[in-house]
Amino acid sequence: MDWLDEAKECLQGAVINEAEFRGEHTWVVDKSSLFEALELLRRDFGFNCLVDLCGLDMGEGESPRFYVVYHLRNMDSKVQLRVKVGLEEGETVSSSCGLWAGADWMEREVYDMFGIEFEGHPNLTRLYLSEDFPGHPLRKDYPTEGYDFEE
Amino acid sequence: MGVKRTPVEKVEIPRLVKPEERLVEESVTEAELEMLEKGGVLITSLNKAVNWARKWSIWPVTFGLACCAIEMMATAASHYDMARFGAEVFRPSPRQADLMIVAGTLTKKMAPVLKRVYDQMPDPKWVIAMGACAVGGGIYKSYAVVQGVDKVVPVDFYVPGCPPRPEALLQAILMLQKKIEKESFQNKI
Repeated sequence: MDWLDEAKECLQGAVINEAEFRGEHTWVVDKSSLFEALELLRRDFGFNCLVDLCGLDMGEGESPRFYVVYHLRNMDSKVQLRVKVGLEEGETVSSSCGLWAGADWMEREVYDMFGIEFEGHPNLTRLYLSEDFPGHPLRKDYPTEGYDFEE
Repeated sequence: MGVKRTPVEKVEIPRLVKPEERLVEESVTEAELEMLEKGGVLITSLNKAVNWARKWSIWPVTFGLACCAIEMMATAASHYDMARFGAEVFRPSPRQADLMIVAGTLTKKMAPVLKRVYDQMPDPKWVIAMGACAVGGGIYKSYAVVQGVDKVVPVDFYVPGCPPRPEALLQAILMLQKKIEKESFQNKI
C-alpha cells in the first residue's frame, strides 16, 4: 500500500473525487473535513511545503462555484499532491496558517481576488488592492475594466 | 570671391537724449539701448530673467514607476545627457523639485502617492507624462490601472511611446523650456 492509499484510508471517505495526470495526484476533499485532511498530510505524511494556494472561479451558475486549491509537497520524498475543495458563494473555509506559515499571504490574495473568507486567519485584509476597492476582480462576473472605468 | 564684405564703419557714441525727445511709449530710447549695450550692460524684463533662470535649472523629482524609468535614467546618463539642458539633478525629495516626470504605469494603488508627491512639490511645478501608460493607460485597460495620469494631476506634456526613446523625453524637456519662457512668473510663485 503506497502513501496515497494510506492517507485516503486515514481520511475515511473525506476524499470525494480523485484524479491522476502524468504522475500528479489531485484530490477533491469534502469541505467539512478539509482542515483534518490538511493537518493529516502535514503531520503524518510529511507535506511540509505549501507550494501554492490559489482560488478558482468556475463561473456563475456552476456548482460548486469556487475551488480553493492547495499544492502540497513533501520535501523529503519529493512527492506532490494537489488538494481541492469546492465552495459555494458565501461559504468560508478554515485557514491553514497554523499548518504552513506561508499560507498567510496566499489566503489574503485569494480573499482579495475572489472574496473567499478564511476562518481563523490572523489578518484577513486585502493583499494587493486598496482597502476601499469595490469587488473581487478575478471573479468571472467582474468586468475586466472595473466598475468605474468611464469615470 | 562672391562674398561682399561691408567696410567697417566708424562708430559714433550717441549723446543722451533729452527727456522731451523721448517717445511716449518707450522708457528707453533706441540710442540709449545701443549705448548700454556698448557699455556691457544688458537690460531685460524681470519676467524674462526669472523664466530664463527657471528653464535652465529644471530639477525633476525621481518618480520612475515602470520600464519607462529605465529610459528616463538613460536620458539622464552620459550618452543622452539631460545635463546639457540643466535638468540632470534628480531629487529624491519632492520639496526640492519642480518637474515630475511620471515614467510608467500608474496603478490605482499608487495614485494617492502620486497626488501626494505632486502636492508636496513647491510652485512652480510642471508635469511630463512619459509613455503610453502615463498618457492614457496604455495596454492596460484594467481595473487596476489609472487611465492616464491627467486624471490625478495636471499634465503639461505628453510623451507617447512604449517606452519613448530618450530623444522623445529630451524633446519634451525642450518644449517645456519654451513653455516656461512664455509664462508669467508671477502666476507661478
